[in-house]
Amino acid sequence: MGNRKVKFGVVVYPGTNCDRDTYHVIKEVAEEEAQYLWYKDTDLKGSQVVILPGGFSYGDYLRSGAIARFSPIMKAIREFAENGGLVLGICNGFQILLEAGLLPGAMLRNRGLRFICRFVDLTVENDETPFTLLYKRGEKLRIPIAHIDGNYFATPEVMAELEKRKGIIFRYVNNPNGSLHDTAGIINSRGNVLGLMPHPERASEALVGSTDGLRMFLSAAKFVRES
Amino acid sequence: MIDKKLLEEHNLSEEEYTKIKDILGREPNLVELGLFSVMWSEHCSYKSSRIHLAKLPTKGKYLIQGPGENAGVVKADGKAVVFKVESHNHPSFVEPYQGAATGVGGILRDVFTMGARPVALLDSLHFGPLSKPANRAIMEGVVSGIAGYGNPVGVPTVGGEVDFEEEFSHNPLVNVMCVGLTERDRIFYARAGEPGLSLIYAGAPTGRDGIHGATMASAEFGAETEHKKVNVQVGDPFREKLLLEATLEVMEKDLIVGIQDMGAAGLTSSSSEMASKSGVGVELYLDNVPLREEGMTPYEILLSESQERMLMVAKKGKEGEIKSIFDKWGIDSRVVGKTTDDKRFRAIWKGKIVADIPVDSLAGDSPRYNRPYVIPEKDERLEDKWLENRDWGQVLKKILNSEHMASRHWVYEQYDHMVQINTVLLPGLGPAVLRIKGKTSGIALTIDANPAWGRSDPKKGAILTVAEAFRNLATVGAEPLGITNCLNFGNPEKPEIMGQFVETVEGMKEALEFFGVPVTGGNVSFYNETEGKAIPPTVTIGAVGLIPDLSVLPRPEKVKEGDWIYLLGWTKRDIGSSVYLKVIHNERGGKVPDINLENEKSLQGEIIRLVREGKVSFAFDLSPGGLLPNLSEALFSIGKGATLRVETDLEEVFYLFGESPSRAIIISPYRISAKVPVLKIGQIRGDELIVYLNGKKILQEPLNTIKKGWATYFNRLFDR
Repeated sequence: MGNRKVKFGVVVYPGTNCDRDTYHVIKEVAEEEAQYLWYKDTDLKGSQVVILPGGFSYGDYLRSGAIARFSPIMKAIREFAENGGLVLGICNGFQILLEAGLLPGAMLRNRGLRFICRFVDLTVENDETPFTLLYKRGEKLRIPIAHIDGNYFATPEVMAELEKRKGIIFRYVNNPNGSLHDTAGIINSRGNVLGLMPHPERASEALVGSTDGLRMFLSAAKFVRES
Repeated sequence: MIDKKLLEEHNLSEEEYTKIKDILGREPNLVELGLFSVMWSEHCSYKSSRIHLAKLPTKGKYLIQGPGENAGVVKADGKAVVFKVESHNHPSFVEPYQGAATGVGGILRDVFTMGARPVALLDSLHFGPLSKPANRAIMEGVVSGIAGYGNPVGVPTVGGEVDFEEEFSHNPLVNVMCVGLTERDRIFYARAGEPGLSLIYAGAPTGRDGIHGATMASAEFGAETEHKKVNVQVGDPFREKLLLEATLEVMEKDLIVGIQDMGAAGLTSSSSEMASKSGVGVELYLDNVPLREEGMTPYEILLSESQERMLMVAKKGKEGEIKSIFDKWGIDSRVVGKTTDDKRFRAIWKGKIVADIPVDSLAGDSPRYNRPYVIPEKDERLEDKWLENRDWGQVLKKILNSEHMASRHWVYEQYDHMVQINTVLLPGLGPAVLRIKGKTSGIALTIDANPAWGRSDPKKGAILTVAEAFRNLATVGAEPLGITNCLNFGNPEKPEIMGQFVETVEGMKEALEFFGVPVTGGNVSFYNETEGKAIPPTVTIGAVGLIPDLSVLPRPEKVKEGDWIYLLGWTKRDIGSSVYLKVIHNERGGKVPDINLENEKSLQGEIIRLVREGKVSFAFDLSPGGLLPNLSEALFSIGKGATLRVETDLEEVFYLFGESPSRAIIISPYRISAKVPVLKIGQIRGDELIVYLNGKKILQEPLNTIKKGWATYFNRLFDR
């Protein structure tokens, strides 16, 4: 496929607020192609990677991510994922993927019950996914979190299954929110849908504090280009 | 039908009522009385402050728009920076969460109404001491209200301050500043254009909330303030986010003549102010206004302060295009009136005219008062017992582990301070710094207030506050472009309060004229008084500066083992109104430090020069707390220890904890010289803080031990 740019689709729900940030990083920093996908759209316009960015879709009313999963674009995203397309959910995007059943488990309110915005340390647990192939297992990353519902929860069976298949991709070094098994990000069993609470797009430029998140986007682009 | 009691309920004086009758040539009806009441309230009309505010400088080389619009505008590296600070004090006392949340909502609208995308929020918060559970509840509510609104809208809260004084127990201060960025040729104003254009209402339906919010903010609180809960509005950040995106899209497509958000006095103020500024009239069709509740009266529709509403004047024939944009974002929009050529404010409901008033009398020609005032007496004390030597290590830890100095991370971590990925410096130290995407430059933002200065000497306090704000900017290499201000006071009908106000304005004027920096807007909050007890006069300064090159920005990560620590400026015998006195002597007064503005200006100029020459690893000014606490905070961020060797002829306390202005610390690997006094006082080294004073070791302790109380103070109070 040569060096052709990879086309990233950034989904915009009413209330999404990290769409512009994600778009900026893909286009200006990763130097790939980016396009917005409106929640009422029914197709993904040729996107090769779909990102559900952070924010407060539908104001997080009812439950974080609970309403977004009923939006028209969700059908297209589901089909895309079923066909092996790469889907990355960041923060609220992760919550939407959980609510939509594309990833297992659920988010509870943070232990401590408050919104937390700060840089945290993560470890890369699995470097054999399309989103982490440019990282090294055991590598420590500094990436910020910003959420109130980031306390990952799942049944003991699901947790055991996740552990067994190395489905927990990122773990917190110092668990900030009460997540089971220090989980910061997980992938589906097929290995093409990743959700994480930390914001890699906020850690992609040295000027704003870290570049540890950039390789997540670069990994996905590399994977697409080489497949 | 209109009697004394009714006038009292509307906060209108007998003279004001006579004036209303003269204007109309008849008795007003109840709707009209309500309109005058709100538009002539202190909150909307600035009737007590206007003649004094007129003394402030409003011109400068970076100025695009001064006071009188929804927000001020300055130019910065080819862009326009739109910014304003506003108070939401009264609502935040009555209902802390919603009061603060809607304060954020209102100031965001002020900025995007001007065509700018909001890029930052800052807030200056003042509460009563946290030893009282009631104050903790207010603080907790306010902080979660700011988070609960700002975070969903996606505007980072990048800086601010929180402090505590007894007088704020019943009158907390919530001053919120918003900063936006836009292109210089895409600024929108509150204009109505010509007669015959459609007025378009967009946003939330109108409810009964907030009716007479502006009047509430124009009277003292009594014991029965609880009943005023109905006056506080309820915010919906989700709708604000959609309104913001839709409004910016309408502006981008160039479909409107003018726009104003419906803030205090809602539909009435937005429509009458736009019309008055453009010399036209307005006719409102109240039956077209979307309502949240049934059975609302014209009085309620016109005066509602429901949130998340905008009023715009459409370009001819663009009504349909405007509507389709709002539809796309799921925002209700309707034509609710038109501009006319008769300069009247007319409201029509069910086929009847329910109000008919000359529009200028509501918006432009409200009463102005030159209220009597007496200049307050200054507290000039400097008592010998304050100067005694103590165990300075213990004192340092006590000060750092107090509500005045402890780490604010419990507060700012509840705010999303990184969304939009422009935040170059994390909150907690010094001014906020944002990059401007696509440029090498950045903007520096700060918000500063110090009620302790105002209480002892309002005029000097105002001068010091302006100087401190600019000094903050200087530490990141930024020169000030303009300021916005919030003036928080008690009841202006009392001559001693009015005297504080007059002195404060004089002080601001003196400092701003000296620095050549204009005021671009802001607000005045009077009647911060409960059961006769007023807050200390508090001027909040929000300043915006430009950093030409972010690559040389000093930041804690740049500091290396072995870097030198320099003290720049003049240390004098200043301990009055200090944190030291509050924490160690339980004394809240004393002489406010003198300031020499010439010295201050050279200091700032030299800091800016050194920063821009790339010689500075990190810099900070010595603000409240003084040398040892401020240096400790910086070391906590840097994550390294230091050894200090200081010599002084003064009593020790002045050097370690005194609060002389015109001072800053510069950390640098280079030899520093400047046109102001420079002392090399120490070196970055190890993980302990070691201090020698006149050759005698007064402190040696691991940084982590000193940090402990400081780092956990608010968690210990609030986390259960």
